[in-house]
Amino acid sequence: MIRIHKSLAEIVGEQYVSNRKEELYIYSQDPGMMEPHEPDYVVMPKTAEEVQKIVKLANEEKIPIVPVGGSLSLSGLIIPHRGGIALDLKRMDRVLEVNEKSRYVVLEAGVTTGKLKAYLERNHPSLRFSIPDAPPSATVVGNIVIHGQGRLTQQYGFNSGMVTGLEVVLPTGEVCKIGSCSVGPYWFSVAPLPYLAGLFLGWFGTTGIITKLGLSLYPRKKMRDIEMFLVEDPNLVPDVIHRVTHTEMTEDIFIGAQPYPPVFKDIIMIGICITGDSEEELEFKRRMIWDAVRTHIDSREGGFMMLTPDIKLPLLEMPTTGTTRFADVMKGGGFEYCGPIIPVEKFPEAFKRLLELSSKYGITYGMTGRVIGRSHCMMFAFGYPFNRADPDNIETTKKALHDSNVASLDIGGVPWKPEVPAQKMVMERMDKNTLELMKRIKKLLDPNGIMNPGNWEAE
Amino acid sequence: MYELKFNEKVCATCPTYDCLVRCQYMDIDKDTAKVEMEKMINGQDSFVLHQCATCYACEEYCKRGNHPFYLITDLQEKKGVLRMPKPLVTQSVNLAIPTRRDIQEFYGATEPAISLCLFPAYIDSILGKLFEDVSIILGRHFFCQLMYLHFGNPSLIRERLPGIIENIARHNFKEVIFFHDECYSTLTSYAPAYGIKVPFKPIHLFEYLYNKLKEHEDEIKPLNIKVAYQRNCSSRLAPKKEHFVDDIFSLIGAERVARRYDRENALCCAGVIRGQQRYELFVDVQKRNVEDMMNAGAEYCVFNCPACFDSLSEAVAKKGIKPIMMHNLCKLALGEKPAGWK
Repeated sequence: MIRIHKSLAEIVGEQYVSNRKEELYIYSQDPGMMEPHEPDYVVMPKTAEEVQKIVKLANEEKIPIVPVGGSLSLSGLIIPHRGGIALDLKRMDRVLEVNEKSRYVVLEAGVTTGKLKAYLERNHPSLRFSIPDAPPSATVVGNIVIHGQGRLTQQYGFNSGMVTGLEVVLPTGEVCKIGSCSVGPYWFSVAPLPYLAGLFLGWFGTTGIITKLGLSLYPRKKMRDIEMFLVEDPNLVPDVIHRVTHTEMTEDIFIGAQPYPPVFKDIIMIGICITGDSEEELEFKRRMIWDAVRTHIDSREGGFMMLTPDIKLPLLEMPTTGTTRFADVMKGGGFEYCGPIIPVEKFPEAFKRLLELSSKYGITYGMTGRVIGRSHCMMFAFGYPFNRADPDNIETTKKALHDSNVASLDIGGVPWKPEVPAQKMVMERMDKNTLELMKRIKKLLDPNGIMNPGNWEAE
Repeated sequence: MYELKFNEKVCATCPTYDCLVRCQYMDIDKDTAKVEMEKMINGQDSFVLHQCATCYACEEYCKRGNHPFYLITDLQEKKGVLRMPKPLVTQSVNLAIPTRRDIQEFYGATEPAISLCLFPAYIDSILGKLFEDVSIILGRHFFCQLMYLHFGNPSLIRERLPGIIENIARHNFKEVIFFHDECYSTLTSYAPAYGIKVPFKPIHLFEYLYNKLKEHEDEIKPLNIKVAYQRNCSSRLAPKKEHFVDDIFSLIGAERVARRYDRENALCCAGVIRGQQRYELFVDVQKRNVEDMMNAGAEYCVFNCPACFDSLSEAVAKKGIKPIMMHNLCKLALGEKPAGWK
């Protein structure tokens, strides 16, 4: 133990390695409901070369490595289930390049969404990226690795689809570039080369450690506004989404429903964001959207609510803090959700299952959703606030989450960033040849099985 | 159990039918107005029920003390004429259900007391010389409910209002100042029209502000500004208090600009029209209203109602006119800076 600690200290410097109990405690958990497990060491490298050396050491010593970003997935993806090294990437926090004309950024793995947002606003105000509704301490790479979504997901798909290049330290220690940056100096695209980025996205750090990322940037319009369309009948939601996305006028479309406070009871809110460089552009888009759902307005089954400034401004925040406020509705500091990706037409069924589970377990719920692509699919969050001081409440919430994962799969969806037990559920239902392919890829890339063990681990 | 006191004979002998003829949102001549009123008095359907913007103005246009607007809204409910989409109605109904946070009974409240209705955002503005020693009561269990006139379910007002009055009366106030004149109008117009008793004296905010300004008259620094005044729907139910607008402006040195859409010809803020999903009309009404303010040279748009403020302030501000609530304008005249004022 002392020998390994010393070796790590030689790589990163004494002050950036620790096995002190209080620090191991912090890295043993995330804010979700998965059981904590402590690492043996915490290391904070500054460069890809240091990461490379740590990986080589881990291979020699057969010690697990868990890459750590913002630790905010809520599904325990950074919990060191078998101990080893918690590799905290937050010191690698440089924005390396912004290409204005080709609209991409290259950054290190520890750059947070908050830092990138501030950096672009200050230095490149005409550009933006797809900001997730996670706290600003979430890392950009962490969001990409879990196929995260953000404010531009409705327009451009999953945030992971916006990757233009990667630098990865493979589990065997080689530093590997993916995409155009592997051929020349530019990080503009992972195409037209073989799609190797797929070996690392959605794998939760089990196939390598991303140290640099190229990411698409998008035009940042001068103005944003939001319309909020309300319905009571969940069966109408897919059609509303279909009609609104058909206009191709919208930035973000999100859905929400919750029973508390009473003003939200029995209604489903569909938030429709629009952007423009002028009032005229905004007004044109607004009218297109109103016209698109006119049939639901005329039937009086749906309508746009007036958004007062105190409601509108928080909804336009990026990231929104509204989710955080709801997360503590039980005043116990706990919030957890299962957010499967589902076909949009399955919204009514998912919503019905959420209400059934809430009723079955006697717990409150918060449904949030986000349209992905032009209604190609959506994220549907079975969200449950809970009281961390109430063991019974924790237990029932865990059961509800388990059942939510089952429901997600039953209706044809796929759990998003699933925790280890849910990963097993997914793999149980997965096509056997697909599962075998995953196993072979994993074995090929990580022969010693040191990378984030426990995750995507087929029996 | 509470029935509208509507005098059919008064209506039948009306020489003008101004209630409908003067409507800003329907084009109705006198003969048509007579026919449609008769239909509605007889409980029959009328296009008026379907096109009504629920702006309350017909209550003021009727100079004979009848209640055409209450008649229309009662019939809208009876006929199931939904002026707002169902989910917006559901939301509005749920909005007024008291939560745990509301059930703070404000036991320490003493007179003079002001009811802030359901506008907690304005707590910080009830400060300064105008509101010294004033106690605030606030919350859903003090919410007057009158907005359901817009939502096609006025029976909910009659169902809830006696309880609301009881909640206020429990404090044994002789008088209560109402920040929102919708509350004032509920108690002085709607409640009497349906025979609902009010055991305390409601005080209109503008009357209170005027009297307080008089107390501090020597401290007033005339503002020397040109203002447009945005009337709200419920002010139509309390026309006798309208003179306080001019009285206050006169005291603080604000010139009320002469314009087409003012006083009885005022246009609605259009928030409710948007809620009715009449987007074109909403845009048209706001545009005409704001252009009228601009053409008249208004520098400020003074609001009575927080809901109007929310609905219209952005549109006036984009045209360079400063939106401000009346009580905040009064504070400026006393050299006080309203919260958030730049």
